[in-house]
Amino acid sequence: MSDAAAAAELAARTSYGRLVAYLAARWRDVARAEDALGDALLAALETWPHRGVPDNPEGWLLTAARRRLVDGARHAGVAAAAEAELTLMLQEHIDDQRGTRVSDHRLALLFVCAHPAIDEAARTPLMLQTVLGLDAARIASAFLVAPATMSQRLVRVKAKIREAGICFEVPERREMAARLEAVLDAIYAAYGSGWEDVAGADPRRRGLAEEAIWLGRLVTRLLPDEPEALGLLALMLHCEARRPARRDSGGAYVPLREQDVTQWSQPMLEEAERLLKTAARSKSPGRFQLEAAIQSAHAQRAWTGVTDWEAIALLYEGLLRCAPTVGARVASAAALAEARGAETGLRALDAMAPDAVAVYQPYWALRGQLLKKLGRNTQALDAYDRAIGLSEEAAVREFLMTRSAQMR
Amino acid sequence: MQFTILVYETQSELAARTDPKRKDAYWGAYRAYTKALRDAGVMVGGAGLEPPRTATTVRVPDGKRRVQDGPFADTKEQLGGYYVIDVPDLDKALEWAARCPSASTGATEVRPNMPPPPPGA
Repeated sequence: MSDAAAAAELAARTSYGRLVAYLAARWRDVARAEDALGDALLAALETWPHRGVPDNPEGWLLTAARRRLVDGARHAGVAAAAEAELTLMLQEHIDDQRGTRVSDHRLALLFVCAHPAIDEAARTPLMLQTVLGLDAARIASAFLVAPATMSQRLVRVKAKIREAGICFEVPERREMAARLEAVLDAIYAAYGSGWEDVAGADPRRRGLAEEAIWLGRLVTRLLPDEPEALGLLALMLHCEARRPARRDSGGAYVPLREQDVTQWSQPMLEEAERLLKTAARSKSPGRFQLEAAIQSAHAQRAWTGVTDWEAIALLYEGLLRCAPTVGARVASAAALAEARGAETGLRALDAMAPDAVAVYQPYWALRGQLLKKLGRNTQALDAYDRAIGLSEEAAVREFLMTRSAQMR
Repeated sequence: MQFTILVYETQSELAARTDPKRKDAYWGAYRAYTKALRDAGVMVGGAGLEPPRTATTVRVPDGKRRVQDGPFADTKEQLGGYYVIDVPDLDKALEWAARCPSASTGATEVRPNMPPPPPGA
C-alpha cells in the first residue's frame, strides 16, 4: 500500500467517528454526513498519492466533506443551511490558523444512537456504523442478519433520526442514568455478538469484541465519572482476558471452571480490577458493576487457586434484583448449584418460564449437567440433546456430546 | 412463515455418515438438531438425502429424454438434506440455520417457501 493510501486509511480509522459526529450534529443528518465523509475519503485516496498527504489529514477530510454537504444543500435548494455552513467554515478557517481541533461530538452521537425513539435492535448496528465506520455486511454477520436487511434497517433508522429531529446533545444530569444505560447496553450487545466466536482461526469470526471494548474505552474517556461505564469496561476486559483459555491447543471447548488460569491475560485482569475499584468509590452500584464483580470473583482463582461460589451466588442474587435477564438467571442457577448443590440449582432452573428458555442453549446445557450429577440419566440425556441441537459452534457441540456419551 | 433450510455438506462430512470413527458424532449432531427444532415447535418437515453419487439427473429438452448418472451440479458442497421450518421471520430462520451442524463445516442456505399459487393462476 502506498504511503498516501495508508495515511488515508489511518485518518479514516482515527477520525471517522469524530468527523461523522461533528458533521451529523451540525447537519442533523447522519446519512448525509456519512455519505459526504465517504466521498471525502475517496477523494483523499485519489489526490493524496499525487499531491502528498496534507499536514492535517483530518482537517482536509472535514473541509472536503463539508464542501459536499454545502453543494448538496445548494442543489436541494436549502440555501440557508449552505450559507450558515460557509460562514462557520470561514470562522473555523480563521480558528484553524490558531491550531484549533475539530470539537468532539461523539458522546452526543452515541446518545443519539441509543435514543429511546430508536428501536433497540438498531442501536448497536447504528453505533458501530456511525462511530466506527463498520460496513453493514460485517455488522450483519455479527448479528446473524441478512446483509440486505441490515442495510435497510440502518437506512430507515437514519431517516428516522432526521425526520424526528432527534437532538445531538448529551442528556442533562437527571436524565443521564437512564440514557447512559441504553448506550452501555448497546455497547455490551456488540461485545456479546463476539462471545461465542472465539476460535480465532478465522478473523471474520472474531466478532465485534475489540470494537465493543474500543467503544467502552471511548465512553469512559468522555464520561470519566460514570461508575456504570467503568463497570462495563471492567466486565468486558474480564471476559476478554479469558479468551485464549476458552479453547485448548486442539481447539476443544474448555468451560470456565476448567480453564488454565495461566492463560488468562494478566494485564487485562489487572486493568479490569483497577476500573472496578475506581467505580466502587462512587458508591452507586449498578448492573454492569455487579456483572463485573461476578467476573472479578471468578478471576480470583488466578491468584488464590479457588472459586468462592457462595460469594458469586450472592452477587447474582443482587444482579437478578436489577436485571433479571434469562442469561443472568441461568448463570445464577449454575452458581447456586456449585455453592449449595445440584438440587438447588435445578430448582432455580425449574422456576423459569418454559417459553423463555425453549431455545436458550445455556439453559439446556446446565440442565443436562445438573441432572447428570443427580443421576437422573434419562432426563439428562434429553436435556443434553436439546443443548447440542441448539449449539452453533462445533467445539461446543462436541464438548456436550462427550459429556452426554459418558451416560450412555 | 415457512422457510426451507438447505443443508450443504462437504465430501468429508458426507463420508462421516458411514465412517465408524465419526458416524456417532455426525448422527448425534443431526439427531439433536432435529429434536431441538421439534421441541421448539418450528419443524414442518424435511429429509436427509442419500449421497450425490446415488443421484440421477433427468432432462427432456425438445421432447428428447436425457438421463445422466450423478447430481445436477458438481460442486464442492453438495445438498445433503433439507428442513422445512415455520418461524415468524427471516431473522429467526437464520438463527436456526446457524445451529445446523453443516453451518460449521459446509454451508446452510435459507429460502422462504413460496405460498401456493392462487386458484386460476
